[in-house]
Amino acid sequence: MDKTSYQNLTRGIISENPILVMMLGMCPTLGVSTSAINGVGMGLSTLLVLIFSNFAISLVKNIIPPMVRIPSFIVIIASIVTVVDLLMAAYLPGLHAALGIYIPLIVVNCIILGRAEAFASKNNLWQSILDALGMGIGFTIALTVLGAIREILGNGSIFGLMVFGEDINPILLFIMPPGAFLALAAMIVVFNHLRKGK
Amino acid sequence: MTFLMIFITAIFVNNIVLSQFLGICPFLGVSKKISTALGMGFAVMFVMTVSTIVTFLIYHSLLFPFQLEYMTTVTFILVIASLVQMVEIIIKKVSPVLYQALGIFLPLITTNCAVLGIAILTIQKNYALLSGVCYALASAMGFTLAIVIFAGIRERLSYTKIPSSLKGTPIALITAGLLSMAFMGFAGIGH
Amino acid sequence: MKANKSNFINMVLTLTIIALVAAFILSYVEQLTKEPISRAKDTRELEAIASVVKEFDNDPFAEKLTITSANKKQKFELYPARKDGVINSYAIKTFSNNGFGGKIEMIVGFLMDGSINNFIITQSSETPGLGTKISDEKFKSQFRGLNPNKHGFKVRQDGGEIDAVTAATISSKAAIDAIKKAAKAYNNFNTGNN
Repeated sequence: MDKTSYQNLTRGIISENPILVMMLGMCPTLGVSTSAINGVGMGLSTLLVLIFSNFAISLVKNIIPPMVRIPSFIVIIASIVTVVDLLMAAYLPGLHAALGIYIPLIVVNCIILGRAEAFASKNNLWQSILDALGMGIGFTIALTVLGAIREILGNGSIFGLMVFGEDINPILLFIMPPGAFLALAAMIVVFNHLRKGK
Repeated sequence: MTFLMIFITAIFVNNIVLSQFLGICPFLGVSKKISTALGMGFAVMFVMTVSTIVTFLIYHSLLFPFQLEYMTTVTFILVIASLVQMVEIIIKKVSPVLYQALGIFLPLITTNCAVLGIAILTIQKNYALLSGVCYALASAMGFTLAIVIFAGIRERLSYTKIPSSLKGTPIALITAGLLSMAFMGFAGIGH
Repeated sequence: MKANKSNFINMVLTLTIIALVAAFILSYVEQLTKEPISRAKDTRELEAIASVVKEFDNDPFAEKLTITSANKKQKFELYPARKDGVINSYAIKTFSNNGFGGKIEMIVGFLMDGSINNFIITQSSETPGLGTKISDEKFKSQFRGLNPNKHGFKVRQDGGEIDAVTAATISSKAAIDAIKKAAKAYNNFNTGNN
């Protein structure tokens, strides 16, 4: 793999991580990260939408007049999200119920439109898919770690398995809304510290 | 449920930002000063109420009768995007003063997931038109309240010494977390 | 095929084509997933019903009845469970608006003598870890075998015999409220039939 491709792929994972560095897609990040499995589910659905939307937009970028660029992108993204939504409701009903309102809201997740605007509308098909893959993986990892932290602290379990005995009461606050803000703040502090240390 | 209950619930108990996590981007992005926060708040109130009315009518007169519910997301986002654009053009023509105040916030609202979120939630919660409008207005008021309080705290924060690793986003998130904790006190207010 | 000039015809044409393609794909996927979606929903409900009634071999959905409260304002769905043609228990879908986080929906299973077999919370926005404990066996088991018509079903704080979930009295009371509603609606249905 040549150097540009490699950079496009890895950029989203660390140096431009959508959650920890770019602060994109905060609503689903905070909203669904109550457990590790929710994090994985939301991350992967976003990854899927991101790949398809970058793919589609990179394909049609040259035939869309600039004035109607944004509306066209929005329709394309919304259609992809709806397809993912329907497929999930049909084949993964449990996860679909857990993610709830946040699935249609992938449409307004700034990551999707942001990458479409900033990357896919300017680059070729292959690079756009690599970019989507990198960003999606970065998003999924950050979301899963956040979900895992909140689940361990707030529910005493990870991926549904109890880690502490029954006698230890978990810190409920962490699966409630304030815990989302506090856990993410802590995560960013640690992440920044590690990056600066290098 | 009475209208008063809808208002209290949407503003305090299920605050759209602090407990439903909708509209976090503008909440973190345009909350450095109280005046801009207030402007954003009013712009959201306006767009959210109008877009909820329009999406409600479209859903119940077009999508639902023709069994096109699966088109909801696509239609709603298009309606909101064009509505925001239209509002921007109209305000620019009709009231330059208002445009000066709200103009820069309007384009940002299209990607405010709170607007789409509330439009979809109004349908999901099966509200009638009037309660739906109340719900949308109250949610937007909740947004305004949260963002103005948050901006107030951040104005104060800018004068304090913050550990370097907490500067920027982390301290903002911690503040939001504490604010959200304060709003948790409103839970169960209906009893 | 380079048409990226922003004149009127180009813009209208592109948007129309994109919208048409989108609508076409969506309607296709919708057709494809309609069956599985409704099947997934039915399976979930059937599992919930099966967990609160006795063993059955009929299709409770096919025999669904709608019963109402005494003032006819509230509707409840009743699913009879039959074994070898004889009804041995029934499930009623009920709700309460008095939960800590708003509405609680549940399915209550009754035996033929009117006593409670089991119940399951199907939808609630109670506080995780506190209010959600009304789904725990410890709280549920207190109701088993008791008849809402004979017992007051009050929490201890109100001088009753039910131990409310610690720190979630409101959620506990809402659960009781939903159970009582179901029982009353069934009484109403029964007296109306005789």
